Amino acid sequence: MRLTGGQIVWESLRREGVDVVFGVPGGAILPTFDALALGKYPIRHVLVRHEQCAAHAADGYARATGKVGVAIATSGPGATNLVTGIATAMMDSTPMVAITGQVATSFIGGDAFQETDVTGITLPITKHNYLVTDVRDLAQVFAEAFYIARSGRPGPVLIDIAKDVQQAETEFEYPDSVHLPGLMLPKPADPEAVKAAAEMINAAERPLIVAGHGVQMADATWELQQIAEKAEIPVVTTLLGIGDIPESHPLCLGMGGMHGEAYANKAIQECDVLIAVGMRFDDRLTGQLDSFAPNAKIIHFELDPAEVGKNVKPDIAVVGDAKDSLGALLPLIKERRHPAWIDLINSWREESRKRDILNFEVDELIPPFVIRQLWEATRKDDVIIVTDVGQHQMWEAQYFVHDRPFRLITSGGLGTMGFGLPAAIGAKVGKPETEVWAVVGDGGFQMTLQELGTLMQEKIAVKIAIIDNSFLGMVRQWQEFFYDRRYAGTPIMGPDYVKLAEAYNIPARCVTRNEEVADAIEEARATDGPFLIAFRVKEEVNVYPMVAPGAGVGEMLRRPEPRIAQGYSGVEPSW
Amino acid sequence: MKHTVIAWMEDKPGVLNRVAGLFRRRNFNIESLTVGHSETPGISRMTFVVDGDDRMVDQSVKQLEKLINVTRVENVTGRPAVIRELALIRVRATGAQRAEVVQLVDIFRGRIVDVARDSMVVEITGPESRVNSLIDLLKYFGILEMARTGRIAMVRGSGSVTREQEFTPGWEEVSSNVVMDGAPK
Repeated sequence: MRLTGGQIVWESLRREGVDVVFGVPGGAILPTFDALALGKYPIRHVLVRHEQCAAHAADGYARATGKVGVAIATSGPGATNLVTGIATAMMDSTPMVAITGQVATSFIGGDAFQETDVTGITLPITKHNYLVTDVRDLAQVFAEAFYIARSGRPGPVLIDIAKDVQQAETEFEYPDSVHLPGLMLPKPADPEAVKAAAEMINAAERPLIVAGHGVQMADATWELQQIAEKAEIPVVTTLLGIGDIPESHPLCLGMGGMHGEAYANKAIQECDVLIAVGMRFDDRLTGQLDSFAPNAKIIHFELDPAEVGKNVKPDIAVVGDAKDSLGALLPLIKERRHPAWIDLINSWREESRKRDILNFEVDELIPPFVIRQLWEATRKDDVIIVTDVGQHQMWEAQYFVHDRPFRLITSGGLGTMGFGLPAAIGAKVGKPETEVWAVVGDGGFQMTLQELGTLMQEKIAVKIAIIDNSFLGMVRQWQEFFYDRRYAGTPIMGPDYVKLAEAYNIPARCVTRNEEVADAIEEARATDGPFLIAFRVKEEVNVYPMVAPGAGVGEMLRRPEPRIAQGYSGVEPSW
Repeated sequence: MKHTVIAWMEDKPGVLNRVAGLFRRRNFNIESLTVGHSETPGISRMTFVVDGDDRMVDQSVKQLEKLINVTRVENVTGRPAVIRELALIRVRATGAQRAEVVQLVDIFRGRIVDVARDSMVVEITGPESRVNSLIDLLKYFGILEMARTGRIAMVRGSGSVTREQEFTPGWEEVSSNVVMDGAPK
């Protein structure tokens, strides 16, 4: 079968099971878009309003479905706009293939119109990348790219295709195998290491599991929960590990780290054996490394050998797929109970509850209340929450109780503001039957709000909850704590979000009072198609607890003790 | 501490860039780096010296292994190995100084490879320490120009670091001057 390069792109995508791509066309990728127009490919192209959002949408799609997300853009500015989205995917190990057009081979290197060295630019933010200058290589490159993107520890792969390659013809045959001698694939876990780990766990008095993204990516949530229950081991998760174990499970302590629950962080500091699974000891979790888990022996279950010993040197390392490793560990774990340890943690939990802002009668609309209401309203259903980055993201992690895996999509490693809306678009396109909420701050939303146009054009039913506090809230919080309340650059104005949504023909409402929250959420859910709610919340609310940068994870800034409010008899929390 | 690491990689466009970019991005302190053909067609062999603690060398090996084009990485530090470096040194020498330089170079088992009216080019191959010693002595005459290759290494004895399946019959035909004999394009 003789095909042009452009046709080979779609034929290859079809063979890789791709049914949707997110992109923006342009000069250097035109032959490929033309092939899509001419051909009868069962592939939907979702036109986004900015290429950054093509990458974020592909990312959200991949995280929601487990499949490889695909973004497509033209050369030069189209490709450079993808960079933030690719870097986001790299940090959070999302399987993604990004396709970019490149100027014709005869122009490469000559500073041609819309020419950029895209493979050079994306070298450190991709798992691998390709520049295709010969159409005969194209099918092979696609097969390799998809294999690399989804194998082992997944990641983004970029394919840069010269324009003349897209136009040239060749005999098409899709390879049924790839030869990649340098690709590291996970080996079965070393049984000796698993045995040593089991012995250490069986001897522990105060064991603790810290579970990360890798547990869900390896589909090892069942194994994790079995181990936790069998030996009564409490589980702290990382931000991306939320959903590794049902958060309403009595052994689940929720998220640890910079804005983790105080009792989760205390458990890290007090445990005697710390079992890290599918996580990489990110600084947001560990705080100051010198004082991290000072009393613990550390066991690290990890797929990527380079993550072992990178930040924390483990006493035992089990390198391999989490499902295999935990599966091998489970029968070696003894049934045990740790009443003293569990009681101690529960006493910390009780102390935390007393400081919880939701336990106070608060007249003003505050973000944790909104998040908790959203959970209350949707708890019986299967919903995916996609967040942006900042205070609202941390409140979501704290106040939304995720009982299922793959239901929280958030930018962890890179912390990309603007991620929320486009990633929610990708998630909804990938899971059209599932309710998808974009929970975003007013700062991050304004970075990518042009995607309301994508919602409108493609009729994508994402529900948007803007937590609008008229500040770049997390940055403001840092300024309050560490820069003496000098709010440089953090007050941010926004448009009238209801009018904005109306301009895009998206129904919307603004909520300013506690009593309206449940009703607004109900209206959004009852409305077909997209819906936007702007929650006008109290401005200067802080996320507690907080581990100050440079501090140990045990030294938290806690919400100050409640004080008796002046003027009325109630107890008022400090913000 | 200095570690000697050998990496095998596919001889493809941009591979050297990937490796160099990784070193820069991960903040590895690379003292020298030498690339050339290996005994296997299509596979280049890189020897590099990383100056840092155990964590840095461990990371440099593991992160390099993750590059798709890198087929294998071996830290040969501490193993008995032949370690060599080649240097070309243009040294000022006129009249009677010439004989002196020739004598010195002879002691270090180097060679004179070019002679001009007021200078000579010296070639020396050996462990870095020997190269360094000769350079120190030649400084007395005045070094006009110098080019050093950086370290290449091969483990001693029959314990070849080349794996069985990678053994290429007939590789003996490859000439011995593998030092910097063409870096990957």
